[in-house]
Amino acid sequence: MKTFPIGGVHPSENKLSRAKAIEVLPLPEVVQIPLGQHIGAPATAIVAKGDKVLTGQKIAEATGFMSANIHSPISGTVQAVDMQLNGQGLRQMMITIKREGDEWVETIDRSTEIKRDCNLEPAAIIAAIKEAGIVGMGGATFPTHVKLSIPPGKKAECLIINGVECEPYLTSDHRTMLELGEEMLVGVEILMKAIGVEKAYVGIENNKPDAIAHLAQLATKFKGIEIVPLKVRYPQGGEKQLIAAITGRQVPPPPALPIDVGAVVCNASTTYAVYRAVQKQMPLIERVVTLTGKEVKNPKNLLTRMGTPISALIEAAGGLPEHAGKVINGGPMMGRAMVNLDSPVTKGCSGITIMSGKDAERKTPGQCMKCAKCVSACPMGLEPYLLAKLAQKKQWDEMEAQMITSCIECGCCQSTCPSYLPLLDWVRLGKQTVMGLIRARMAAQAPKK
Amino acid sequence: MEVLLYTILTLCALGVLAAVILYFVAQTFKVEEDPRIDDVEKMLPGANCGGCGFAGCRGLADALVKNDDISSLFCPVGGGETMKAVATYLGKTAAEKEPQTATVRCGGTCEKRPRTNQFDGAKSCAVAASLYVGETGCAFGCLGYGDCVKVCNFDAIKINPKTGLPEIDADKCTACGACVKACPKLVIELRKKWPKNRAVYVSCVSKEKGAHVIRACKAGCVACGKCEKVCPFGAITIENHLAYIDPQKCKLCRKCVNECPTGAITLVGMDPLPKAPKPAPKAAPAAAAAAPAAAPKSVEGPATIALKASGTNPLILLNPKKAVMDSAAATSVAGNVVELKESGKNPLCLVRGKKAE
Repeated sequence: MKTFPIGGVHPSENKLSRAKAIEVLPLPEVVQIPLGQHIGAPATAIVAKGDKVLTGQKIAEATGFMSANIHSPISGTVQAVDMQLNGQGLRQMMITIKREGDEWVETIDRSTEIKRDCNLEPAAIIAAIKEAGIVGMGGATFPTHVKLSIPPGKKAECLIINGVECEPYLTSDHRTMLELGEEMLVGVEILMKAIGVEKAYVGIENNKPDAIAHLAQLATKFKGIEIVPLKVRYPQGGEKQLIAAITGRQVPPPPALPIDVGAVVCNASTTYAVYRAVQKQMPLIERVVTLTGKEVKNPKNLLTRMGTPISALIEAAGGLPEHAGKVINGGPMMGRAMVNLDSPVTKGCSGITIMSGKDAERKTPGQCMKCAKCVSACPMGLEPYLLAKLAQKKQWDEMEAQMITSCIECGCCQSTCPSYLPLLDWVRLGKQTVMGLIRARMAAQAPKK
Repeated sequence: MEVLLYTILTLCALGVLAAVILYFVAQTFKVEEDPRIDDVEKMLPGANCGGCGFAGCRGLADALVKNDDISSLFCPVGGGETMKAVATYLGKTAAEKEPQTATVRCGGTCEKRPRTNQFDGAKSCAVAASLYVGETGCAFGCLGYGDCVKVCNFDAIKINPKTGLPEIDADKCTACGACVKACPKLVIELRKKWPKNRAVYVSCVSKEKGAHVIRACKAGCVACGKCEKVCPFGAITIENHLAYIDPQKCKLCRKCVNECPTGAITLVGMDPLPKAPKPAPKAAPAAAAAAPAAAPKSVEGPATIALKASGTNPLILLNPKKAVMDSAAATSVAGNVVELKESGKNPLCLVRGKKAE
């Protein structure tokens, strides 16, 4: 069975909500929509306090190419466009909307029947995706229209759909593939047309045999779509790992992109959103969020409107467990612990994991014993112990030479460390600083040209 | 025996030969270096802290000798005296800078600023700051993991376990600025060093609105503007919901300290002015008499600035005692603290006394 060549770990899967069908969360009374919920420039608000908005109406416009539109997830009145606390307790520009009824923009097709044929030109498909404000829903939130706009001189050879969901606990992509599989495959067809390829692979780890079987059966109705079962290994859902696992090609270090090896990767939930955007004119205003945790009463997969406070999801799953220690936006490996539970669900929020008791606590770090477990676990072939040390010594130039920019922040190093060293904390800090330095350098060079 | 003799002789011969070769090599490849660099380096403190912007003292010494204009170079550790000595030796003019000391502008102690969560990541301010708001609700204040302590070469900063905040030993601090650079929240500032380590500063850097500040921290600046109004020297400005005391304009009159409703203005090395003053019947006429005499003097210098700045509050403008304070400032432009202290005794007392009448 296929998998990526180097590094990786296999954390306990804990897919507690795998058998729970997608439930629709009741509409929230108030939503907060951050303007920056994607990679790139934050969107620009086009509504002001007091404006009435309909569900699906555009409320913020992309600022430039590397940005994404944002639409209202509910109908009601805009209460404020101001700085509000996000999950990390920091202030961020958000649009606050109070709900009044549920009126939709008329052009949106809300029926559930599957619309198979798509007669649009590739450029029109990409325009529709851009208009709907679709970004990568696996967590990275890279604007999808940017990914699909193949730069001149490069050619896409295959499309890869990421249904791996290697992150422990999370099951939102799994349930989407299982319950909305056919729609997703239509989405695959649309994406293939948009980038002009004949071949698409859907990579799924074999801890989801039901999804593999279901999609394999459906795929017989479609041309050029192949379901690829993959060996369970984290971080297979990483873009570069998935390309390596399926095509055997290695993406060179940054600034190279997957397109340099002829691949375009798109997440399963994103593909479903693409189907809805192109065939039903439905903007990205809702997504499936897994709410899970060992002590959560009813782990669930909830179809949630964007901007819903996370506390509402926790309530829907039976409330915050007694010994809850950390509430993580995302899964335990890549997610970020939150301090503000009233922060909203965003486009990249695939799950909320509640860790309780001892699971929530990190163990006391010891000394690095140079066992190099982190080196063998790193899927990018880096040396995490060295990078962490360099970050502590603030040797940013040396870190850049050690390819820190390749780091995908998967956390394999930290999870294998027998001394419980906070390697990822340091590596992330180093990556952030080095990226900042590179940007500053580029900005300094730009005017000279 | 002969063997031993030959061995010793051979070794000696080899030694002599090597010495001769080394002598000529050293002569041929000699690096000419200005001997003054060594001398200047000896004059510098030798802490190699990097406060001057160079990697070490030798770097600065090299630059001092090679550059004709050394006004941009300064050794914060040695201070003005060292620079003067170096400049005299080199026959150049050195930059003059007043002594400074690092100041921690955060008063969010464990008591005043309740912890809302616990951070179990790498114990570093830089890491915590890159991840989230911090253990308290304040996004601007000190995180308390001691990045500043780690970079201090002079053992001048310690975290006080009771308050959870760093404390600076002004006697040890050399104002090299390492802690200023290390603090990701920009809490530490280099401020003018007064005699006896006296200081008045706003110990808050939060740019949040007052209501948000007070929710997170009881000792935060809520930008009420009282200090700005009371300051006779126009030293206090409020920008981004935050008061800032300009160390160059401040004369340590301490009026602002009592005005601050949250106690965000910190006073070091001095007693605060009496808080609940009663009218002093004898002092009042004396002061009133002194006022007209002093007032003309206050037309020039900082007093005028102060009056302009405090022009938003007519009560202060009309206050005669205010003029006394101003005149004191006018005559003590050089920063004579003693004089200011004397003439400024109980100024608030009179303000209230007048008002009561």
